[in-house]
Amino acid sequence: MAHVDRQAWDVVVVGAGGAGLRAAIEAREAGMRTAVICKSLFGKAHTVMAEGGIAASMGNVNEGDNWQVHFRDTMRGGKFLNHWRMAELHAREAPDRVWELETWGALFDRTPDGRISQRNFGGHEYPRLAHVGDRTGLELIRTLQQKIVSLQQADEQEFGAYDARLKVFQECTVTRVLKASTSGSAAGSGKVAGAFCYERESGRFFVLEAPAVVLATGGIGKSFKVTSNSWEYTGDGHALALLAGASLINMEFVQFHPTGMVWPPSVKGILVTESVRGDGGVLRNSEGRRFMFDYIPDVFKEKYAQTEAEGDRWYDDPDNNRRPPELLPRDEVARAINAEVKAGRGSPHGGVFLDVSTRMPAEVIKRRLPSMHHQFKELADVDITAEPMEVGPTCHYVMGGVEVDPDTAAANGVPGLFAAGEVAGGMHGSNRLGGNSLSDLLVFGRRAGLYAAEYAAATAARPVPDEREVDAAEAEALRPFSAEDEQPGAVHDGGPAENPYTLHQELQQAMNDLVGIIRREGEMAEALKRLAGLRVRARRAGVEGHRQYNPGWHLAIDLRNMLLVSECVARAALEREESRGGHTRDDHPTMDRRWRNINLVCELADGRTEADPALGQIRLSRRETPPIRPDLLGLFEKEELVKYLTDEELSR
Amino acid sequence: MSVQNVGGRETDGTDGTGGHGVAGQRGEARPANGPGQAQGGQSGAYLAHFRVWRGDADGGGLEDFRVEVHEGEVVLDIIHRLQATQASDLAVRWNCKAGKCGSCSAEINGRPRLMCMTRMSVFDRTETVTVTPMRAFPVVRDLVTDVSFNYAKAREVPAFVPPAELGPGEYRMQQEDVNRSQEFRKCIECFLCQNTCHVVRDHEENKAAFAGPRFLMRIAELDMHPLDAAPEAGLDRKGTAQDEHGLGYCNITKCCTEVCPENIKITDNALIPLKERVADRKYDPLVWLGNKIRRRGQ
Amino acid sequence: MRLRGRAPLALHRPPTGSTHRKYPPRRPTLATGTEPSSQAGASGVHAASRAAIPARHLRTDRWWLAPACTAAGLLAFVVYSTWRAFANADYYHAPYVSPFYSPCLAQNCQTMHGGPNWEIFGPWWGLSPALLILIFPLGFRLTCYYYRKAYYRGFWASPPACAVAEPHKKYTGETRFPLILQNIHRYFFYFAVLVACVLTFDTVLAFRDEHHRWGHMGLGTLVFLANIVLIWAYTLSCHSCRHIVGGRLRHFSKHPVRYRLWGWVGKLNERHMLLAWCSLFSVGFADLYVYLLATGAFADPRFF
Repeated sequence: MAHVDRQAWDVVVVGAGGAGLRAAIEAREAGMRTAVICKSLFGKAHTVMAEGGIAASMGNVNEGDNWQVHFRDTMRGGKFLNHWRMAELHAREAPDRVWELETWGALFDRTPDGRISQRNFGGHEYPRLAHVGDRTGLELIRTLQQKIVSLQQADEQEFGAYDARLKVFQECTVTRVLKASTSGSAAGSGKVAGAFCYERESGRFFVLEAPAVVLATGGIGKSFKVTSNSWEYTGDGHALALLAGASLINMEFVQFHPTGMVWPPSVKGILVTESVRGDGGVLRNSEGRRFMFDYIPDVFKEKYAQTEAEGDRWYDDPDNNRRPPELLPRDEVARAINAEVKAGRGSPHGGVFLDVSTRMPAEVIKRRLPSMHHQFKELADVDITAEPMEVGPTCHYVMGGVEVDPDTAAANGVPGLFAAGEVAGGMHGSNRLGGNSLSDLLVFGRRAGLYAAEYAAATAARPVPDEREVDAAEAEALRPFSAEDEQPGAVHDGGPAENPYTLHQELQQAMNDLVGIIRREGEMAEALKRLAGLRVRARRAGVEGHRQYNPGWHLAIDLRNMLLVSECVARAALEREESRGGHTRDDHPTMDRRWRNINLVCELADGRTEADPALGQIRLSRRETPPIRPDLLGLFEKEELVKYLTDEELSR
Repeated sequence: MSVQNVGGRETDGTDGTGGHGVAGQRGEARPANGPGQAQGGQSGAYLAHFRVWRGDADGGGLEDFRVEVHEGEVVLDIIHRLQATQASDLAVRWNCKAGKCGSCSAEINGRPRLMCMTRMSVFDRTETVTVTPMRAFPVVRDLVTDVSFNYAKAREVPAFVPPAELGPGEYRMQQEDVNRSQEFRKCIECFLCQNTCHVVRDHEENKAAFAGPRFLMRIAELDMHPLDAAPEAGLDRKGTAQDEHGLGYCNITKCCTEVCPENIKITDNALIPLKERVADRKYDPLVWLGNKIRRRGQ
Repeated sequence: MRLRGRAPLALHRPPTGSTHRKYPPRRPTLATGTEPSSQAGASGVHAASRAAIPARHLRTDRWWLAPACTAAGLLAFVVYSTWRAFANADYYHAPYVSPFYSPCLAQNCQTMHGGPNWEIFGPWWGLSPALLILIFPLGFRLTCYYYRKAYYRGFWASPPACAVAEPHKKYTGETRFPLILQNIHRYFFYFAVLVACVLTFDTVLAFRDEHHRWGHMGLGTLVFLANIVLIWAYTLSCHSCRHIVGGRLRHFSKHPVRYRLWGWVGKLNERHMLLAWCSLFSVGFADLYVYLLATGAFADPRFF
């Protein structure tokens, strides 16, 4: 296979969002030659969509804040399913990661004494989110992008080439993580050896050979119909990890952000930032009632205001009042909105009203929520300073992901594979708090880059990709072109070529309707059946035209990944018979302490994948989580722990 | 091609054909979202006439399409519908579909715009909507252009220089001091300003010498950054803006500001202040003299 | 035929044999090369690498309206002011002096009682004294960031409108002589401030009657008042002024007064274009008003 271009690098980072870029910076600064590969243009990653801020307990606004409080909030938000070690590292290291951004040129909003301003957010006890208006994600991605450019400028000075030690392969897709041959005596057998990629612009295949690959591909939202996620979020990293032999955990936990736009239809799902509520926005139903007061769950009763008056006082005097229930964790708010709409108290377009216009002067709204103001004005012709927004839940984030070592971000079971950011699982447990995503990207992006660099440096003999894997990857990527040649009903799984767009729409519809925000056993079983049918048809997904910038072809390739992760979600959701965080079962509506320390693990089922696509490709198993370190447990009141932990855990 | 003269329609939005903001039409439109009702007449959906440039570096042309349009849709939705139903290999670059990433830049009826932020309701229903790729950059295929010019220029601007004496966490900046640079950092790098700027759009040969509005604005952003230590490091951002990044080519005709989807006042707040700062440095003998004396004094 | 499967593929280029069979080739295949392609010398939007679109622009709105109006407005003022500047007559009617002739710097100036007569130029100056002083407001407006946009677009079509190809083969902008002189705008600003001071003085003088007695007002006083307000507003809204007042500072927080001034100038500056046109009109009108009085075509209505 001499015709596939090959390049040797030390570390390959898949994805150029916050986690990927942070990993690349760290790996390059550790002296490794680092390649970043991303599906979009450099600087367009989905991280730009993040609005609210970066959670870090710097204590700039309220000095009572520290990492222990942040850790506590994170564990509560995740309903104690979080990997405690990740939550601990995250809470401890987030402030340093934010401060370091300033040294790279980031300009956060300031406090009167010149420090980084922090804002309130759902589930965070203190104002904690470092932010820039409501475009924090853009600031983050631009800062990292510019830091990368500055490193490249340094390399240009030293080596005469910007790309000498850090190169961004933009508009390229990785379709397989390659491993060294397991048979024979080849170096590093079974270890990661590189990635099989193609250029979206030209369709040209190439292989990046590297002993360490960092997955930072983000989430899976494009498997759902109503989503705040961009087209890139097809679960590539999740699928690459599965296919490389790694395992995924917590895939049943998908966060539906409570406030997405519901009108007009073409923008349905686009995010309305939580800062709208953090800054004073309230949710009302069609009767004008602030319904969130009716939906405060028992575990949060002491923490939230019981009357509107108290909630309103909290904005100015947070020390002597409790926060309004609009700022409950996202899963609670999303469920409440869902319930209101179902009860017939929704807005004209099937959402509820989110109102800031009666709560703040127009000038303040424009200053604090500029991009929301712009977004509604431009896309929905709604002036949020004068009228309420209509909002409803939208698929936003997947808590589940690649099972990793908490300290090193190394994927379990595949030496040389690392994962960070949304594609990694465990950190957020069953539900992520707003603002914890950006800090997650930075904390674990850096760790993944650092340990990938360390791993690569320690690799004496570079593993060589298995040639058969390269051949197989190429054949797999080209399949959609040959599908087009089949005569209808002639050969090849016995059916006509399928339109990948149609398949994608059906997949989104199925996931949205059957494995959406409220789940039922029968529906999820139906979803698995539909997924099996789609898998069969996806084998015949065919495209017209040629390989140069052909979106139909790209989608046909991404379908494999979406089908894989969708099956993980559906299978795990069917298995977990309780409601917790981002997983709500209509038939098991309460949280069950016995599930607290159970992780559901998805792995690729051996051998069946190619033979019969109708059979499930995923094998599901249960794994008990490691016990929480006693000093961390000591941060909580006993009465609170009783609600989450089993008796055995408590008595330990 | 029907030649509709509807000057100024992009801002007035009162023609009513789009129906946005008209409560009655919203209600009517709802049941019309299913396919097959496009020609229902009374519904919000209708068939629009689109002309889309298709081709690549070797040539191409405008291709006509009749395509369904529903209420509340934007041009990018229609391009996607074309992809899904009539031209599966129609190349288009897009990402967030919410005006935040700046990927879907194109020219719609000759005007540089983001496809995701151009609502169909700004057009007359009988009007032909022409969509072409950005015309200042080499075309790759269909609506996708090669924007590498911008990435090359980005690399030529020296990065933020952190002050040596401050460690992470020690930065103190006042809000009024960061406001100016923050405005420029709203930039989503859609490159519409680079595309519309006649310096490079109409003169390929100027591309080597001219950084373009986006990156001149980046220089202004850094020069106004309250803690940038470039002067201490011996880097004169003002002088190099003129000498190396081609600020002098800008004749402040404000097209960059006109097309900016983020409404950044590129010309008034970045380019002109930068020109004034250059004038301080290079064209103002009083300032020159003052600096000379002050340097002597030290 | 289409490329599929394993056919070799050149980077960034479609395979041989165009895949876009529906499109007529834009130019003879380069390989034939019998004659230099008609596009060889083409630049700008017709450069070979750009999307092949024959039209110079595809705008469907009335993009030509704004530059046309600008050009017409400026041209009208140029014609009027040239006539008036060279006329050397009818510029004083007590107590009003035409802003075109103030200050009046030559010996051949009409004597204006208590008015701005400074005989810096001796009897050797035979031309209209307006020419001596008009250079400064003219230079101020000529190098003004707004007027530059206006005449680059309106007169020079560089560019005529956004995304409309300009007709020029070469473009060097303000990098060379003479346009590099635009950088001296701030000096004209300093002079413009002086001129505005003199015009303010003239406006004060307008509170006299025709016998130079104080405490009177006529319609002309209002015209002069309106004019001077607009002249100041235009002058202070200047981008150079904004820079000098505070824009050149790096730390606003250390200069609260200048920061506030910068904010005010910034507010004015947002309306620089409007003020440029209003003050242009008002200064012309003030002159016309004096002309009409001086020629006796019209008598100044006196209030008190």
